[in-house]
Amino acid sequence: MIEIENLVKKFGPFTAVDGISFKVEAGQVLGFLGPNGAGKSTTMKMITGFLAPTSGKISVCGHAVNGDARAAKRQMGYLPEGAPAYGEMTPAQFLQFIADVRGLSGSHRTERIATVIEQLHLDRVINQPIETLSKGFKRRVGLAQAILHDPKVLIMDEPTDGLDPNQKHEVRELIKGMAQDKIVVISTHILSEVDAVCTRAIIITNGRIVADETPQELIARSPSGKLDDVFREITLAEHLS
Amino acid sequence: MKNIAIIFKRELASYFATPVAYVFIVIFLVLSGALTFHIGAFFERGQADLAPFFNFHPWLYLFLVPAISMRLWAEERKSGNIELLLTLPISMIEAVIGKFLAAWLFTAIALFLTFPLWITVNYLGSPDNGVIFAAYIGSLLMAGGFLAIGACISATTKNQVIAFIISVVICFAFLLSGFSIVLDFFRGWAPQYVVDAIASLSFLTHFSSISKGVIDLRDIVYFASLIAVWLYANAVVIEMKKAS
Repeated sequence: MIEIENLVKKFGPFTAVDGISFKVEAGQVLGFLGPNGAGKSTTMKMITGFLAPTSGKISVCGHAVNGDARAAKRQMGYLPEGAPAYGEMTPAQFLQFIADVRGLSGSHRTERIATVIEQLHLDRVINQPIETLSKGFKRRVGLAQAILHDPKVLIMDEPTDGLDPNQKHEVRELIKGMAQDKIVVISTHILSEVDAVCTRAIIITNGRIVADETPQELIARSPSGKLDDVFREITLAEHLS
Repeated sequence: MKNIAIIFKRELASYFATPVAYVFIVIFLVLSGALTFHIGAFFERGQADLAPFFNFHPWLYLFLVPAISMRLWAEERKSGNIELLLTLPISMIEAVIGKFLAAWLFTAIALFLTFPLWITVNYLGSPDNGVIFAAYIGSLLMAGGFLAIGACISATTKNQVIAFIISVVICFAFLLSGFSIVLDFFRGWAPQYVVDAIASLSFLTHFSSISKGVIDLRDIVYFASLIAVWLYANAVVIEMKKAS
């Protein structure tokens, strides 16, 4: 379970995240929505322990992120925005490195590496330096890295950005397939994605939560039945107020 | 400890995955050879020692070591990899030490490849090999000092060129503080203990005493604490700058 209480992040005078609280249970796929600069990425960076919150509490599977960071980080897989990876390494070397860091060993290690290579169809490029790969493959290498240790909590910042429609579909199926016993948090501004994979949607604007319900409930708010219209209505209303 | 080894291994492999390692090693060997034989007058001196070789090391390191250290963190920040690295179950200090040690071992490899000079001088005469060994140790410690400074500066920017230039300037200050020109400037008005303090900060003072064959505990403590202080600063700087 992820528990977040009154999370605040300030960068100098600018408040990026302004008192966010929510809980996510295992089995939920939470979609983080919001305009650019709303605080989605900043929130994810705090959950994963990259940034320290100005105030507030985050606990992941019972481990406080700002207390026992290492225990919390072990429970999580994270795909940062833009799917960074060491460009001079090949996907094979990169996954070996991540397996080292994650402490995977023996037959379990071999099996996990083989599984993610298969799940993300990396076999064709497995020995090419990552910097020479297309955007879609780079993204898949980033996803492979995040799920390698079969984490209880999976946090992904725009996981399908830069993928073609077929690849998007595959990644969504992958997320859905893993979701039963995990917590999955994704951020996106592709609204159709929320409808396709998420069981719950949180809309953030100006660092505050303005909606927290199922995608179906959100859609039901709009007379047109379109998520885009609901999104625009909620985020613009907040912007003007 | 295990995490330091994992980071270390990855970093070291990354030097050899790109031409960086080979370019650096070749340039280092060519320059150190040219300086020793031409400017250092290795043959003309007619002495069986490696003083003309080691005397140039501070100046060689001044430009070559920042070229190694500039990418350590600047590249990590620019590519966004730092976000991946620091969200893995690795502590900041493990990452800092692992990267530093990889860079240090890399310079040690380059330094080790100058061994033909040591063989040559033994072939030509009978040098004091203890002195030469001490000078190698001193040179390696000095390279570590330069690297620790460079690593810290590299964490302050995403731009490797800026990291390089600032590192050179700061390393230059650490070298020069032992020079009589600099010390004379202070001698006129500053109390003696200030002059001594400035002189004692210099790489040159400590390196030259080791390279004369005297491995004094004070010199080792100097380099060890210099490295520790700059690596600590390195971790602090990353913590401060990683959000930007």
